Amino acid sequence: MSPVIPIQADAGCNSAPVLRERGQREVFCGLTGIIWLHRKMQDAFFLVVGSRTCAHLIQSAAGVMIFAEPRFATAILDERDLAGLADAQEELDRVVQRLLERRPDIRLLFLVGSCPSEVIKLDLSRAAGRLNQRFSPRVRVLNYSGSGIETTFTQGEDACLAALVPELPAAPARAVAELLVVGTLADVVEDQFRRLFEAMGLRRVTFFPSRSSTALPAVGPSTRLLLAQPFLGDTAKALEARGARRVPAPFPLGAEGSAAWLLAAALAMGVDATAAEKAIAPARQRAMQALAPHRATLAGKQVFFFPDSQLEIPLARFLARELGMRLTEVGTPYLHRQHLAEELALLPAGTALSEGQDVERQLDRCRAAQPDLVVCGLGLANPLEAEGLTTKWAIELVFTPIQGFEQAGDLAGLFTRPLRRRQLLAA
Amino acid sequence: MQLTLWTYEGPPHVGAMRVATAMRGVHYVLHAPQGDTYADLLFTMIERRGERPPVTYTTFQARDLGGDTAQLFKDAARDAYARFQPQALLVGASCTAELIQDDPGGLAAALQLPVPVIPLELPAYQKKENWGASETFYQLVRTLAVKPATPRVKGPQPRCNLLGPTALGFHHRDDLREITQLLVQLGIAINVIAPWSTTPADLARLADADFNVVLYPEIAQTAAAWLTRSFGQPATKTIPIGVQGTREFIAEVVELAGLEANAAGPQDAASRSPWYARSVDSTYLTGKRVFVFGDATHAIAAARVASREFGFQVVGLGSYSREFGRELRAAAAGYGLEALITDDYLEVEAAITAAAPELVLGTQMERHIAKRLGLPCAVISAPMHVQDFPARHAPQMGFEGANVLFDTWVHPLMMGLEEHLLSMFRGDFEFHEDAAPSHLGRAAAPASSAPIELPATSPAAWTADAEQELRKIPFFVRAKARRNTEAFALSRSLPLITLETLYDAKAHFSK
Repeated sequence: MSPVIPIQADAGCNSAPVLRERGQREVFCGLTGIIWLHRKMQDAFFLVVGSRTCAHLIQSAAGVMIFAEPRFATAILDERDLAGLADAQEELDRVVQRLLERRPDIRLLFLVGSCPSEVIKLDLSRAAGRLNQRFSPRVRVLNYSGSGIETTFTQGEDACLAALVPELPAAPARAVAELLVVGTLADVVEDQFRRLFEAMGLRRVTFFPSRSSTALPAVGPSTRLLLAQPFLGDTAKALEARGARRVPAPFPLGAEGSAAWLLAAALAMGVDATAAEKAIAPARQRAMQALAPHRATLAGKQVFFFPDSQLEIPLARFLARELGMRLTEVGTPYLHRQHLAEELALLPAGTALSEGQDVERQLDRCRAAQPDLVVCGLGLANPLEAEGLTTKWAIELVFTPIQGFEQAGDLAGLFTRPLRRRQLLAA
Repeated sequence: MQLTLWTYEGPPHVGAMRVATAMRGVHYVLHAPQGDTYADLLFTMIERRGERPPVTYTTFQARDLGGDTAQLFKDAARDAYARFQPQALLVGASCTAELIQDDPGGLAAALQLPVPVIPLELPAYQKKENWGASETFYQLVRTLAVKPATPRVKGPQPRCNLLGPTALGFHHRDDLREITQLLVQLGIAINVIAPWSTTPADLARLADADFNVVLYPEIAQTAAAWLTRSFGQPATKTIPIGVQGTREFIAEVVELAGLEANAAGPQDAASRSPWYARSVDSTYLTGKRVFVFGDATHAIAAARVASREFGFQVVGLGSYSREFGRELRAAAAGYGLEALITDDYLEVEAAITAAAPELVLGTQMERHIAKRLGLPCAVISAPMHVQDFPARHAPQMGFEGANVLFDTWVHPLMMGLEEHLLSMFRGDFEFHEDAAPSHLGRAAAPASSAPIELPATSPAAWTADAEQELRKIPFFVRAKARRNTEAFALSRSLPLITLETLYDAKAHFSK
């Protein structure tokens, strides 16, 4: 842990009880990850093998983006495919053949499993292996599951990146330590971090996923793994299995989070702490400046998080510590204790945490608490507004660049805007 | 397996949700994996509803698949009943749950709830959204409509049911208001409107009407046919879209209601659309080539309005509603066309490109296709995006609907006067395609004197004076003039396109 943020052993939420609930979950499935993953990996195509529901979901989530020659599609299963499995594999070959003829620029093809394909046990890894032989070396074919029965929203990215890990080249055994930043970041954010790392004296930094599938970063025992997103459990495990060692750090949200994240990396890479702090000081100062006006609006206000992306805990930490908000309940679809240890330590003691969901009961708790701001999905946002609560829809937090110093003010702005709007319209 | 990028319709359970969400007092328990709740946001975001759809999902996950998914379903159904206290419960499975074969109907029946439980069989791998809505509505009507012990005694005032409007329907809210008004003006009482805002108790009273008005056959035709068979209620067949459609609809309704044919009723004087279409500014609409695609009801009606009320030429007619293939083929034959029945938007795009229309009337997808092809376009059918759930009153049906159609379809076109001015002042030193807008206060950059690039496959070369003349044609029709002239030259094996050829071609194609 970075020495910058003192952590008292008796504070935080590391040993706090977590309410675990099961019931109806109002969340996206992992297929949704395709929407931002395909923007990042510019020569990859995502082919979902699923039902009309899957195609409809992606279409609804992608909005107008679906027409800018997107690099994703659905192979819709029909009755004939359900009748016999051998036939389904042939059908898949035919669809992939047609797809690759249409899009010769594709270098990496993901076959993405869905609930229907998982339930009928359509073996997509076998299909990927077979197609790989057929289209190699021009196109690499991989598979992962983005099904709702196995993944929640951002876990789709985890499954995708974990499937890509075996493809990473091996770093030479006695190589100099390299920092591998893992998790999809907007290009603008990635570039900012790259500049900051360089200013701190870290030159050997690579990002995963990379923008091109032909320039994948190497991994090996010399790799130091820095997670940029909190939902990458399987990816981290796969990278650790190849020898990489994780750098424990909170996530780069807000001025404090970004500083702690960067300094943790500096420490792990053996850079002088004072020099590193000096290198990031101007940006950190700018971030704090940008946050100040938002603090005036948000301080003392109550915020309630419905589970969505696993970003909830880092966001709650940012809102509580840097903007003075009070946390009513922080819900997360899945809580990875190890990866979030640094975040939990920073949360105010006594924060109500919940993992999983029974949406009706959670709504009852939310209504009873009458928070000033509710962070929730689009299925709940308008109905809660109609009940008089102010909401911030959560998906935007995944699609918008929010990490790093320069985005700290924007991130706070996402939470102040609905409150300011309510005030404006009431006036 | 079908390679799909865009789908015109959702799965059938979304159709069932549209019916459940339109109604009051029903709840739908859907056996579905985690993630299928995405469909909620179609209602809360696109239609901007201020309440959640009345749907409880079991949201099973991989770890539940061991065998307790049936218990999960029973718990969800029991809890949903206890919490929402509906008058009737719909139960069914989404595509994934269909594969695990839990039988929601049987499981829910075992709970012995004190309300009707209606199991929905929606084959997700064969059928789609509209079929799902139609089937759900039919099952609700079949289960809940009560057959009267004695035949109905006709009252002093004719009564009808209004069938078809659902949640997430294309302008259903405003059509409903328009048609209700129209029927009331005719002196007809409305018995039940369904499924919009209706309750299961209301559906029980369906038999207490003389006839049914079917607004959207995709959703209500099956139920209406059953009501005709079971209660002897006739149903309307005319769709009141456009002034002529509305007049015919009135005539049909008047007859079904047994009213005097010339009774004082709604007058189409209120409709400005016929006059607007006759006014001289609309002369330029004559023969504009229009391509029509949408659900069968809206596509057929739009083609008719376009050709008979606005004087366009229909150059393509198609639909994704396979259930209405026969009606569509018949309508297309009337324009000397072959109907395009497909749910593959790439096929639609190819057909639009081939037909080279000047206006596209379609769905959200055609709007994007038209944008890519640089063609004017108006949306006439679902699927649509949030902007087609407007705050203002914007019906498609009735006389006000005809006004809306005129405005909506003509606005994307170059208005006549504007077009006239453009051609009158073409070549004017500050009025050509390279000129910067004059309000920017900058001198226009001189027009490029570079020769017009010829496609490599061009069959004939252009002489300098022909080329010069071509440049005088307004830029927005120049490409077409070039294509036509070259095709003409090719058909006559002319090696060189002269001024003469240009005008010969113009004469040839202006026939």
